[in-house]
Amino acid sequence: MKRDIITNKFVIKFANVNGTGSASANKLFSRAIFRMGIPISPKNIFPSNIQGLPTWYEVRVNENGFLGRRGGIDIMVAMNPQSMARDINEVEKGGYFVYDSTKPLPKEMLRDDIDLIGIPLTEKCREMYDDPRQRQLFRNIMYVGTLAALFDMELDVFRQLIADQFKGKQKLIAPNVLAVETGYNLAKELHDCPIAYRIERRDNVGNKILIDGNEACGLGAVYGGATVSAWYPITPSTSVIDNFARYCRKFRMDPETGDKNFAIVQAEDELAAIGMVIGASWNGSRAFTATSGPGLSLMNEFLGLAYFAEIPSVLIDVQRSGPSTGMPTRTQQSDVLAAAYASHGDTKHICLYPSTPKECFEYTAQAFDLAERFQTPVMVMSDLDLGMNDNMSEPFEWDDNKKYDRGKVYTEEDLENMTERFGRYLDVDGDGVTYRTYPGTHPTKGAFFTRGTSKDEYAIYTEIGEKYIENMDRLQRKWRTASQYVPKPVIRKTDKPCTVGVIHYGTSEASTIEALHHLNSLHGISLDSMGIQAFPFSDEVGQFIEEHEYVFVVEQNRDAQMRTLLINEYDFDPECLVPLLHYDGSPITARFIRHEIRDWILQTTTSPRRRSRFY
Amino acid sequence: MSYKIPAFRHPNLPKNELGYTSKDYEGAVSTLCAGCGHDSISNAIIEACFDMSIPPHRVAKLSGIGCSSKTPTYFLGNSHGFNSVHGRMPSVATGANMANRDLLYIGVSGDGDTASIGMGQFVHAVRRNVNMVYICENNGVYGLTKGQDSATTDIGSTSKKGEPNALEPIDLCAIALQLGATFVANSFSGDKDQLVPIIQSAIAHQGFAFINVISPCVTFNNTPGSTKAYDYIRQHMASTNTVDYVPLAEEITANYDEGTDERVTMHDGSKIHLHKMESKHDVHSRTSALTMMQEYKAQEKVLTGILFIDEDSNEIHSTMHTTKTPLRELAEDKLCPGLDALEIINELHR
Repeated sequence: MKRDIITNKFVIKFANVNGTGSASANKLFSRAIFRMGIPISPKNIFPSNIQGLPTWYEVRVNENGFLGRRGGIDIMVAMNPQSMARDINEVEKGGYFVYDSTKPLPKEMLRDDIDLIGIPLTEKCREMYDDPRQRQLFRNIMYVGTLAALFDMELDVFRQLIADQFKGKQKLIAPNVLAVETGYNLAKELHDCPIAYRIERRDNVGNKILIDGNEACGLGAVYGGATVSAWYPITPSTSVIDNFARYCRKFRMDPETGDKNFAIVQAEDELAAIGMVIGASWNGSRAFTATSGPGLSLMNEFLGLAYFAEIPSVLIDVQRSGPSTGMPTRTQQSDVLAAAYASHGDTKHICLYPSTPKECFEYTAQAFDLAERFQTPVMVMSDLDLGMNDNMSEPFEWDDNKKYDRGKVYTEEDLENMTERFGRYLDVDGDGVTYRTYPGTHPTKGAFFTRGTSKDEYAIYTEIGEKYIENMDRLQRKWRTASQYVPKPVIRKTDKPCTVGVIHYGTSEASTIEALHHLNSLHGISLDSMGIQAFPFSDEVGQFIEEHEYVFVVEQNRDAQMRTLLINEYDFDPECLVPLLHYDGSPITARFIRHEIRDWILQTTTSPRRRSRFY
Repeated sequence: MSYKIPAFRHPNLPKNELGYTSKDYEGAVSTLCAGCGHDSISNAIIEACFDMSIPPHRVAKLSGIGCSSKTPTYFLGNSHGFNSVHGRMPSVATGANMANRDLLYIGVSGDGDTASIGMGQFVHAVRRNVNMVYICENNGVYGLTKGQDSATTDIGSTSKKGEPNALEPIDLCAIALQLGATFVANSFSGDKDQLVPIIQSAIAHQGFAFINVISPCVTFNNTPGSTKAYDYIRQHMASTNTVDYVPLAEEITANYDEGTDERVTMHDGSKIHLHKMESKHDVHSRTSALTMMQEYKAQEKVLTGILFIDEDSNEIHSTMHTTKTPLRELAEDKLCPGLDALEIINELHR
């Protein structure tokens, strides 16, 4: 097959068996490309299982910096016989299928429109290693070496990465390097190297970093001054707390006493986790929890209390595919409504929608300021794709002059000088935000009774209708104030006047931006876009929708939850918001978005009202 | 509705060491039914705190939902209070305790709140040994929803509804003992002489101090057929010991009898003086406590007093090695690693 040479632009997918150590080999491969200055976007596609089931690792390599999933596979590295039949069919026409040729490929699997590259990895490992575990581990490293030869990559980059990885475990460096070199030489010996896809050094990653969103959230909580964390293990949020703990052990141990300047409690369930967060926040600490959909459901009652009794609380929701247990190791943006309106009665909560690790870091830190400023729950709405995959990101920044915004809290001195009666829910500034006191502040002033029942300005229980309404309306006033403090939407306008827009949020960003780029270059369609960063919506969100005849809302759930939220919060004609929905549990692809928008626009001659298939 | 208590008090009200009168420990007027056992418990808490000269504002009082959970409004009006959600007071108290280890935490709950909806949180607060006083005001009935049996209602006990309860009751003291609670007591709201020093001992205890207080519900469960009625408890109550709480500064003047008296020195140096009514019982033995409870139950008696104490217990902060400074007092300098550290982290991810 005669092919054009394609440099630094392809999608490679690794098919492995989980629990065999393939993850670190795959990571080694993607890091090497990143080190060679080429943007990458790796995605883990893994089962809810410890050992033995199929798992995949898909890497988008794109020197232009498109980081969303593209769709389609150019090279499949098939190391799992269980899934091989399906894997080979996934390869795009003209692609490559790399497999372990110790056993021949079953005839019925053969395809003549792709190149088959067989490498006898298992056989080679049996020859080189006696220990079965070593055979398994080094087989993985060996196929990385094979790929290095196929793509014509610099072996020194691998040597350096292995040396960095095993710093302090010197003994492991040489055998790993040997395995890479063995795989490299095998490929050179048995096949024409390089193939049509190539990796060439570039300088296209600048000072960017490669990090997962959960680590960014955990670190953001450290920088944001969280001292108490309470949580219950749940995929895919667990590593938020693991990382918080790891960075606390690094930065929060008292150098003199060895004591901890933090407390992490593994709770008995999510109800207790959020209860502890509320207790700690009520008592003046910055506290947070991390969870996923099922945990958020359990926390509903408490979130209503925190809203109504006005207690700061920070929750990081790493969303996964629901409903119920759903697909716990697959991604989705399907907690949008459950988070925004969590709990019974009239409630609504500040939500932040990060798209990148940098935003995970910043929004988590900022969540504590917002929670304390507005004395209310704040939810950082990440997802599995962002949280558990390495994402290329701008480096994290911090201003050392920044002071935490602890919100309106009366100190002992304030209370001492106070002549009027302290009213916990008295709106003295007119912005809906009232002053609170921490327990134990002043011997005779400032104590109040926190309750989930209706109360007057002085926190005294009341069932008088007017008082109840006054309080609920003040909460609404506070909500409006909050809409001016939360992160503004990111609006990208085209050069030309444009009547159609696209809304995205969270992890739909990268694929949307790429789709818009190609819609323009391939089809001459140019669209304005807006990335929603927070709920409550700031004025700019409504303005953007108003400025366009209709707007696509790209999201990763079945029910168009953000669209519903927009319709509910504004009084737009629902038909001017066109849902664009991806919900199979895999991260949304640029190709999907491009095709959907292209088809819609090219086939729609009148208003979108005519098209009813989405409703 | 909460009413303000009239401001007038006798001008010569006695003062405690801090110069406070008992008035400074009172709360709003109770809205519970006249004769409710819970009000006696509120008064016992007031008396215990006044006697121990605890600064009222250094107490945080927390509760769940139910008649019992309303009571924190009726005592310690100068303390911050938190009426949380049903059965979830233990988690809120645990979180509050994490934020500031220096306050005294008094949790008030009931049998519905503790033994049913909140059982999960109760048992985990016990096993964490959260440093707090946990009082379960146990009346064997749901009051606010008008008289359903609770999980602590004894078999055969008959409330106002007239149906004898058919299900096995949950014994909260036994469960607390089995889960490793480091202070367990059983008492009766009608026996202030016993209850006040038990509360004081619980306050002096470092760790989770559980007090189950049988507290009759005059409206729904004070019937002749109820095992949690005033008459029944008065006729069937037996004590393992009488308790005197002796603050650090005071000398013990009472006679000490080697055979029947025991003194326990608490973490803060104060002492508990136990006069044993039941000579077989060893207050430092869980097995003994559980056996005695069973024996008395078999005789249809309710054993009260301090059942178990481990005065050297490690409360949650000491097992977690948290800093001695309350976490909430730490500021940016201790909490935020700053830009330099962040740049190193960035570099590690390139």
